Amino acid sequence: MNTFLEFFSFADPNVRFVVIGSVLLTASSAIVGTFTFLHKKSLVGDAIAHAVLPGICLGFILSGTKNPVYLILGAFVTGWISLIAVEFITKRSRLKEDTAIGLVLSVFFGIGILMLTVIQKTGNAAQSGLDHFLFGKAAALVGEDLLVFGIVAVILLIAVFLLFKEFSLLAFDKDYAQAIGLPVKWIQLTLTSLIVLAVVIGIQAVGVVLMAAILITPAAAARFWTNKINVMLFMASIFGALSGLSGAYISYIAPAMPTGPWIVIVISMIAFISFFFAPKRGVISRMIRQSSIRKTINDENVLKVFYNLGEESRNFFVQRTPEEIIRRRKFDEEMLYTVLHRLERQGYVEQTANHWALTEEGKTRGQRVVKIHRLWELYLTTHVNIAPDHVHDDADTIEHLLTPDLEAELERILNFPKEDPHKSEIPYRK
Amino acid sequence: MDNEIQFQPALEIHDLTVAFDRKPVLWNIDLKLPQGKLVGIIGPNGAGKSTLIKATMGLLPLSSGFVKLFDQSLDDVRKRISYVPQRESVDWDFPASVLDVVLMGRYGKLGLFKRPRKADRDVALDCLKKVGMEAYANRQISQLSGGQQQRTFLARALAQQADIYFMDEPFAGVDAATEKAIIDLLRNMTEAKKTVIVVHHDLQSVTQYFDWVIMLNTRLVAYGPTLSTFTQQNLQETYGGKLTLLSDVGDLIRRESFPNREESAKKAL
Repeated sequence: MNTFLEFFSFADPNVRFVVIGSVLLTASSAIVGTFTFLHKKSLVGDAIAHAVLPGICLGFILSGTKNPVYLILGAFVTGWISLIAVEFITKRSRLKEDTAIGLVLSVFFGIGILMLTVIQKTGNAAQSGLDHFLFGKAAALVGEDLLVFGIVAVILLIAVFLLFKEFSLLAFDKDYAQAIGLPVKWIQLTLTSLIVLAVVIGIQAVGVVLMAAILITPAAAARFWTNKINVMLFMASIFGALSGLSGAYISYIAPAMPTGPWIVIVISMIAFISFFFAPKRGVISRMIRQSSIRKTINDENVLKVFYNLGEESRNFFVQRTPEEIIRRRKFDEEMLYTVLHRLERQGYVEQTANHWALTEEGKTRGQRVVKIHRLWELYLTTHVNIAPDHVHDDADTIEHLLTPDLEAELERILNFPKEDPHKSEIPYRK
Repeated sequence: MDNEIQFQPALEIHDLTVAFDRKPVLWNIDLKLPQGKLVGIIGPNGAGKSTLIKATMGLLPLSSGFVKLFDQSLDDVRKRISYVPQRESVDWDFPASVLDVVLMGRYGKLGLFKRPRKADRDVALDCLKKVGMEAYANRQISQLSGGQQQRTFLARALAQQADIYFMDEPFAGVDAATEKAIIDLLRNMTEAKKTVIVVHHDLQSVTQYFDWVIMLNTRLVAYGPTLSTFTQQNLQETYGGKLTLLSDVGDLIRRESFPNREESAKKAL
């Protein structure tokens, strides 16, 4: 608990560096990553992430120091070469893009690991810490690094801010962007450079291997919560920052822990929660919606049986036993009781002992379902030319689905007919 | 009879050939269209109708020939060109509202870096009203029906306030009432001297809708005023006997990795 307070008071300048650094890195990666995600270039991000490793090693070998400027330069160069390689392979051979990406990713990463091993074997003292680029280490961020990465992060943010509308349009409809004369090639080139830059600085926090996760996962998680691109961008950056912050904290309390995997675990948790619990797009919310649809269908099917029985006996308010209902239409008995009790709670049926009868509202709702069913059967036979013996099952679904607008439209198109194809009367509300 | 008419053409296409993966899909197209006409491009599937308008707008590389709009080169008149792509060409599950999409029509005028201004929103809303979609301005685009998506694209094109419009099957998946409304809108545009070029599928409505037609089947069969061009004979030539020899030669060019033009082969030497 003490370390927690120590950390989050940000009193220690080292802590401040690390926190600002990792939050900047993860948040800016997430923002650039949002467009990577929307441009459907997620895999490309992964390829770049792996391809920067040889560049970093090259930067170190050529300069002999871990000065971030040289490392970034090297990373930038090989990152770009990998992209050009992917494009070249896709264009000039019959290989598809996914194959090309897999190929380039593994070859570049292999070369990178090879170079890293060679460097480590040289016994050069300056090389210690180079392996942080594999899994990331937020706690290793200090003064000079922070300045460079901070500048890069700010460049990323400004570029995205300025080209926000161009990036969005290109992600949605590239042909159109080109048709109205936007410099599509340049904008794409800029975005790709931004992705490479984001990867180059992001690997400081999470390392080469897991970089794709902080590039793409925040955006994927944010997509569950919103349908607005600017809100999505904002949420992705918050998610990214949160994971960066927790990564920095873990680096602080347990220096032996690899930061990258922890950042990825946190951001994955956020994605996991979004996947299940987001309103509307989340899995659980969809399940709830499904279940409520099933309930509506069951309710209306029972009301329909009441109404049909009422048509036969010319009295809609006769009390019926569940057995009578099941005789008319095969319901599971237990389910029928559940439905009846629910309908009673909602005021559509009334119960006396084991007898149930429609209320006025129940009759109206049953009548509407029967009406739509018969109208739809008629529509299918007269307008869609489907044989009368095929239309019943379709109508069984449509009767629960139709909105009042479409119901009115259907009545208008058919001009309020009296009978359905099976000569049953179509009931209208008087 | 001939098409050497006296007019300043809205569109001039000269010896245009387009190839996919080396195989020519359009052969040596030559045509001139006057301004202020509603022009239909018709032809069977795979005739190169979409390819023709995409190549005209510079979205596809040309194997030969050139395109001029209003007697100028494409890049000089970009701001006067508008495009309605096929509805299926985009992912409608994109985080944007109807208004966001229509505002994209203003991006060309706005230029790089600038945000849409209030005036641009006014134009966008006005265009939505023209296509009867004003009630859906804030609707998420994934919730639109096919016809509504089509009208959204149309509103976006209108928001450009261009002089020449290329539309790729704007009536696909649209109900009869909407089709009627759209055609009325296009009529109004041509009356205001705009040129509208439409890729069209339904032969029934050609004479009723279009002033001019372009009849296409990987080559140009005929083009000109609908009345004199949309003839039984031209129709037969467009839809009837496929030129198998032409397409076989195209396949051969691709298989043998042959250049489309001798010059490009020379360059390689």
